[in-house]
Amino acid sequence: MTGQLAGVSIDNVNLYFGNNHVLKDVTLEIEPGEFFTFLGPSGCGKTTLLRLIAGFGKAQSGRIRIGTEDVTDLPPWKRNVGMVFQSYALWPHLTVRRNVAFGLEERRLPRPEIRQRVDAALELVGLLELGERRPSQLSGGQQQRVALARTIVVEPQVLLLDEPLSNLDAKLRVQMRQELLELQRKLALTTIFVTHDQEEANTTADRIAVMEAGVIQQVGTPAELYDNPTNRFVASFLGTANFIDGTLSEKKGQTVFRSGSGIEIPLKPGQLHAVKGDGAGEHSVMFRPQSVVIQSAGAARQQQGKVTIKGAVRHREFLGSTIRYAVSVGDTVILVEDSHRRGEAPHNIGADVELNLASEQVILLSG
Amino acid sequence: MTTHWGQRAVALLIATFLLLFLVVPVVQVIFVAFQTPGTGTFTLVNFQDFFNTSLFREAFWNSLYVAAMSVLVATAFAMPLAYFTTRFEFRGAIVVQTLGIIPLIMPPFVGAVAMQLLFGSNGSINLLLDEWFGINIPFMEGLNGVIFVESIHYFPFILINLSASLNNIDRAMEESAQTLGASGLRLFRRIVFPLAMPGYIAGASLVFIKVFDDLGTPLLLNVNNLLAPQAYLRISSIGITDPMGYVISVILVGFSLLAMWVAALALRGKDYSTEQRGGGGLAKRQMRPWEKVLSYGVIAFILLLVLSPHIGLTLLSFGTIWSFSVLPDGYTIDHYQEVFAQSPQFITNTLLYASLAALIDVTIGTAIAYLVLRTKIAGREWLDYAAMAALAVPGVVLGIGYLRTFFGVPLPWSGQPLASWWVMLVIALSVRRLPYALRACTAALQQLSVALEEAAENLGAGKLATVRRIVVPLMVGGIIAGFVTSFATAAVELSATIMLVSRESDAPLAYGLYVFMQTAAGRGPGAALGMIAVLIVGVATYLSHRIIERGQRARGLADEY
Ligand SMILES: Nc1ncnc2c1ncn2[C@@H]1O[C@H](COP(=O)(O)OP(=O)(O)O)[C@@H](O)[C@H]1O
Ligand SMILES: [Mg+2]
Repeated sequence: MTGQLAGVSIDNVNLYFGNNHVLKDVTLEIEPGEFFTFLGPSGCGKTTLLRLIAGFGKAQSGRIRIGTEDVTDLPPWKRNVGMVFQSYALWPHLTVRRNVAFGLEERRLPRPEIRQRVDAALELVGLLELGERRPSQLSGGQQQRVALARTIVVEPQVLLLDEPLSNLDAKLRVQMRQELLELQRKLALTTIFVTHDQEEANTTADRIAVMEAGVIQQVGTPAELYDNPTNRFVASFLGTANFIDGTLSEKKGQTVFRSGSGIEIPLKPGQLHAVKGDGAGEHSVMFRPQSVVIQSAGAARQQQGKVTIKGAVRHREFLGSTIRYAVSVGDTVILVEDSHRRGEAPHNIGADVELNLASEQVILLSG
Repeated sequence: MTTHWGQRAVALLIATFLLLFLVVPVVQVIFVAFQTPGTGTFTLVNFQDFFNTSLFREAFWNSLYVAAMSVLVATAFAMPLAYFTTRFEFRGAIVVQTLGIIPLIMPPFVGAVAMQLLFGSNGSINLLLDEWFGINIPFMEGLNGVIFVESIHYFPFILINLSASLNNIDRAMEESAQTLGASGLRLFRRIVFPLAMPGYIAGASLVFIKVFDDLGTPLLLNVNNLLAPQAYLRISSIGITDPMGYVISVILVGFSLLAMWVAALALRGKDYSTEQRGGGGLAKRQMRPWEKVLSYGVIAFILLLVLSPHIGLTLLSFGTIWSFSVLPDGYTIDHYQEVFAQSPQFITNTLLYASLAALIDVTIGTAIAYLVLRTKIAGREWLDYAAMAALAVPGVVLGIGYLRTFFGVPLPWSGQPLASWWVMLVIALSVRRLPYALRACTAALQQLSVALEEAAENLGAGKLATVRRIVVPLMVGGIIAGFVTSFATAAVELSATIMLVSRESDAPLAYGLYVFMQTAAGRGPGAALGMIAVLIVGVATYLSHRIIERGQRARGLADEY
């Protein structure tokens, strides 16, 4: 039962609670040793999916494999999966030590080995001297560490963490996040981390699966997801985004996106992989506020490969390093984030401005 | 600080009441147990005498045995029911909840005689067993009968406490053990049961002490070699100077305190349920077919057992002659007519005494709650402790204490001893039931935010107006619930009652029932009286449930705003 590196593969899983279709055709491949994150809003099915991997709950269809073994029909206690619960679930009637020893005792290991491995695990999380305490005598962060020690001491093949940081205060959360990551790197343990917080996901994950309404929306590294979201949901969940709806047309041998309010954006063939069929019908494009350059009207020349959009400032938020503008263009509003240097005068509300946007910053969405 | 004189006067009044009618009598009893008869010097010789008398030694061990066995049997009833409801998706949950209430509306001594007719050696069940299998099971022989009747009556205490703690266990507690490799019975033994232990111990110690102190059931079953009946018999046959009754009283109080201490210890710092956030209750699963058959079978069996005193009592109250037969020979309403024609005073006395006692309880209860929660009067929490201390005083002990303290005091107008005046019975009942009413009133006032009162005062209402217009209307649900609980339990009190009743014309229902049941001919009317008691308690219990429920709904609504 040593924890060799094992990946997790989830194949076409569907799960219903009554009529509520909670997981829809979920297919995922989690690599051995990877720090993988399920990211999505509350209620999207992250916990349900994680619990399926641990063996809690039953999918109506689909298979789950850990390493090479099909565990779909195995109960939790026959899977070698470690799970850290959101509430930590430390047993209050046992000391820290007995909590950590529990899994090893269940595996009927000899006492000296149990003692030595419990010591090692407590040492790893820096709680060796608190072994005789009761969980209720520990702080939130310490309880978190005990829960972690209790789980990793059995050397599980996969470590599952369900919003493990959500019960900690903001400062501790950042610290625990780093500790968690270090620990994961040290143990090279395949880890699945559930969170609804994109910062938490971005700072820890090797790869992220963005979920919404039971559907895996996109899988990729944090940068991939940020730069190349495939749909509106992913784009907006991982940061602020501008969306413009319109149609595609051909102009001088080039594909051009045209919005109802007259904004035209030429697109290169490489930006068109989201287009299915002949490209007729409604489409939308997305770009990030910091991709837009804002200038006073008339100050800018038309630049090659850049789109110029005329508008008027409607709102302004001064954030220090940046200034965030909402600019009205016809009946659409475009958010702009302008970096701010000392002494620069911000554009006034109501002022006419020109927005410049490099067309390669624009992403044509598939949905 | 001049405004506080009224509060001080109330506090003083309550303190005097508790001192006079709780502390002094009990301390008297304890003193006498440690005094040389006649001289009044301190001695342990009474205890030596007690333990040197084989009859008392036997009674002592019998009481321990009966209490412990009752806990075991009650656990055997409660454990599977608690397990089914917490473990499985279960349609029978309502039935199980009802099971938890049915026994409590009938005091154990009321059903005791009926149980003998059903389960005794010549009772219905044994007649059938004999006919079918040629066997006879001594369910009701001697101590068995007491254990059987008491455990059927008291198992809900364990069921309720155990179910509550099982339900409060965070599901993740169990699941984390499962991911670490534990399952089945090992999981139950190592994680689930230890987590539910505090609730179990709280329930079990309550059962232990209730059985240990009970006087009515053994008396009605004519099992006298237990402590409480011995105390009663000594005092009633030899007189109030005999030290043995006092020694027994000290032992009873000692064990009550011990049991309360054990329960407090079990619960202290172990309110596991509130410690965690997250999903409530253990994971429930669908039952497999054979599990369904088994669990519904077990539930039906226990339901039948639990209902048997009620069934037996009903049959007895309507039966003509019921002896050496499975069912009564015929049916009649004569017994009820007899009760109403010949001894209606049992019923009217009961209603009067229980109402008065409950009224005293909620008055004192509200006053103490207000003093403790809303004022800063020195020593206010001692009023609370003193009132709650009544929990540790068995009825027999209080009865003996009253006899000892008030027998020598004659009433000025009739010369009758104070102890045998019916008002003392009311006071004894109110002291015994005060803890229940006090808790209800305290809870009602606790849920009432001080801010509400302050808001009223802020809007110009005076102190008295605030109490009248805000505090009392909002507390009224809790007060009524307290009244009803006190009323229902006081209406069927037997142990202090039996010691203090001097004339049948002054006697309440419980006493009348006891007297009727002494003779074979009296059983029918006795059972009819028992049915009336069950009716009174049942209606009162139902009302208090409704009131509490309504209060919870109203509060739930208030929380949403
Ligand atoms: N045991 C359950 N029974 C019924 N519905 C459930 C259960 N657990 C979760 N759900 C529902 O499934 C959906 C996904 O829940 P969950 O996986 O907990 O979401 P997340 O962890 O992403 O917040 C929600 O709509 C939730 O209400
Ligand atoms: Mg969740």
